[in-house]
Amino acid sequence: MTAISEVRPVPGGLGEHELLVNMGPQHPSTHGVLRVILRVDGERIVEARPDVGFLHRCFEKVSEGWTYPQVVPLTDRNDYVSAMTNELAYVLAVEKLLGLEVPEKAQHLRVLIAELQRVASHLVWFGTFALDLGATTPFLYAIREREHILDLFEALCGARLTYSYMRIGGVRNDLPPGFDRRTREFLKLMPSRLREYENLFMKNRIYELRSRGIGRVSAEEAVAYGASGPTLRGSGVDWDLRRDEPYAAYDRYRLRVPLGRNGDVYDRAYCRFEEMRASLDLIEQVLESLPEGEVRAKVPRVIKPPPGEVYSRVESPRGEVGVYLVSDGGPNPYRVKWRAPSFVHLQLLPLMAKGHVIADMVAIIGSIDIILGEVDR
Amino acid sequence: MLTDIAARLQALFDQVHLWCSQSAFWSGVFAVGWSLFKVVLIIAFMVVNVLVLVWLERKVSARIQSRLGPMRVSRPHGWAQSLADMVKLLGKEDIIPRSADRALFVIAPIVSFTAALLVYVVVPMGPSAVVSDLNIGMLYLAAVTSFTVMGVLMAGWGSNSKWTLLGAMRGAASIISYEIPMVLAVLGVVMLAGSLSTTAIVQAQSGLWNIVLQPIGFLVFLAALFAELNRVPFDMAEAESELVSGFNTEYSGLRFAFFFLAEYANLVALSAIGVTLYFGGWQGPVLPPLAWFLIKTYAFIVLVMWIRWTLPRVRIDQLLSFGWKVLLPASLVNLAVTGIYLLWV
Repeated sequence: MTAISEVRPVPGGLGEHELLVNMGPQHPSTHGVLRVILRVDGERIVEARPDVGFLHRCFEKVSEGWTYPQVVPLTDRNDYVSAMTNELAYVLAVEKLLGLEVPEKAQHLRVLIAELQRVASHLVWFGTFALDLGATTPFLYAIREREHILDLFEALCGARLTYSYMRIGGVRNDLPPGFDRRTREFLKLMPSRLREYENLFMKNRIYELRSRGIGRVSAEEAVAYGASGPTLRGSGVDWDLRRDEPYAAYDRYRLRVPLGRNGDVYDRAYCRFEEMRASLDLIEQVLESLPEGEVRAKVPRVIKPPPGEVYSRVESPRGEVGVYLVSDGGPNPYRVKWRAPSFVHLQLLPLMAKGHVIADMVAIIGSIDIILGEVDR
Repeated sequence: MLTDIAARLQALFDQVHLWCSQSAFWSGVFAVGWSLFKVVLIIAFMVVNVLVLVWLERKVSARIQSRLGPMRVSRPHGWAQSLADMVKLLGKEDIIPRSADRALFVIAPIVSFTAALLVYVVVPMGPSAVVSDLNIGMLYLAAVTSFTVMGVLMAGWGSNSKWTLLGAMRGAASIISYEIPMVLAVLGVVMLAGSLSTTAIVQAQSGLWNIVLQPIGFLVFLAALFAELNRVPFDMAEAESELVSGFNTEYSGLRFAFFFLAEYANLVALSAIGVTLYFGGWQGPVLPPLAWFLIKTYAFIVLVMWIRWTLPRVRIDQLLSFGWKVLLPASLVNLAVTGIYLLWV
């Protein structure tokens, strides 16, 4: 058998006791088609190099050939676990380019839906993270609760995964009848379920042993690498776009931002988990103070923004989703650049993985919650 | 009526035995035939149990995870699922990787399976229902259970794949750290019974079960059992989310079925041993011994499954340090306490 090292030389060469292992793109815990090239000594990782691009779909180039509204469904496919937040990032950018005034109610609905999406996304993260660490049951529990949110979204816009609900100038439609009641039921259910998750997994002794002190990133390193979202806050940096650079109607609400201290797997996971509670609190606030009115501004059929460029960013469940949009005055965007938090966080992987073992590797990948659709775009 | 049939069979058996013992040749044939009959009986018992267990595991896990589990293959509750699975596995292509070490690759599943089979020899299912009441039963057991790892190691090395190799190395590395505490824990029971024979151990528990006298020993035994059975939280050699599927990644079809069979056969065997050592074996009121044995064994198995579907997995080095720093001292303390108890009480 020809060793892989002979086919593709490893930079720096393999040490005497070292082995080159391909983790992925077909591996149960790389969350999709991520390939990590591991140089291991026994099970200890000497070097980890992520290799991305297996899911590349030319999103940015394709967007240039489509009109502004047509790009909205495309953005769904970037981070398919939290499609709503992606749409929001994109439509906010277009609105900024147009200088469009969005109705008040639409802004509040956007907050409501984005936070529901955040809970749904974090539930998927929680389930898969537990799965990575060998606990299968939390996954089923988390998916069960996520189902409630997907049902809500289905009632809202007919789709369960790729919604195209956020529109340029507002949202597609108002809340359907019964949405408010069902959301309140969900809010009532969730706290006890979150406690159940804690008892089952987050406060489990084995879980603590597996996650404390693993994959540490200092606050300085996190900032230097451009980390954002829970990955950044896990290292103790108090930065949340929803609070520090509010968009939509976030400035009208109180937001609790959970922080970690050590920047290890445990703290990142803690941040994500507590964010679910914070989001549920936020959803309740929105439901209490939802204004009446239009949900969509009048926009021309063919959108031709004036020439110019904007950068707009939102806090997605994974971190900062940024959209850099350039218009040349035509009906299609001249350039769409997507800043995906998963892609940025993946660069932290070599730093986090070094010196740990393969078993920790899956915990680390789980803790930064990457979505390969977003990494490769 | 059952006792009637049993009596008739006994009579028939006695007659054949008597007739055979008249000549040296026929008594030899009888001895071989009788042994073969026992082997077939064990395998049948094992396979039936495994089929039930695979279904039960899926049902128990489904119950824990608020699902239904298999429902489609026959009613009620898809009981024929395991049969369907087995037929499916038999129909699969038998793949041997080109770069594999053929001999090792082929032998490994058989070694695993045989190791599981050997344990049944000393499991007492009733006062006289034991294949062979060895007077060194527990020693034999300690030797035979270590054999499983041979299969794992051969499969991992023979597949010539990096993931399987890592799985095999984990299996080999962890075995000492849990086998020693396990044997030491079992020694406490042996001291109480004053015998290595499994039948004697069961009989010694006619008054009080060992679980009452040996709680620490039992916990050590239980922890080591999970490592021995390759189950979460100690499923080092398999570790699906880490090592793809560990040592059996490259196996398919019938050979994989053998590993699967061995895994569940081990589950039954070691649960039966657990019941024998700590829960009074086949002893119990009203019901016949075999019924008690099965009830207790299955209760034990459900406990093992329950833990498996609840906990996350520990890391290999954590298992090693847990074995050496927690289980070993605990089993030694247990041994010392048992010794003092026997001396003074």
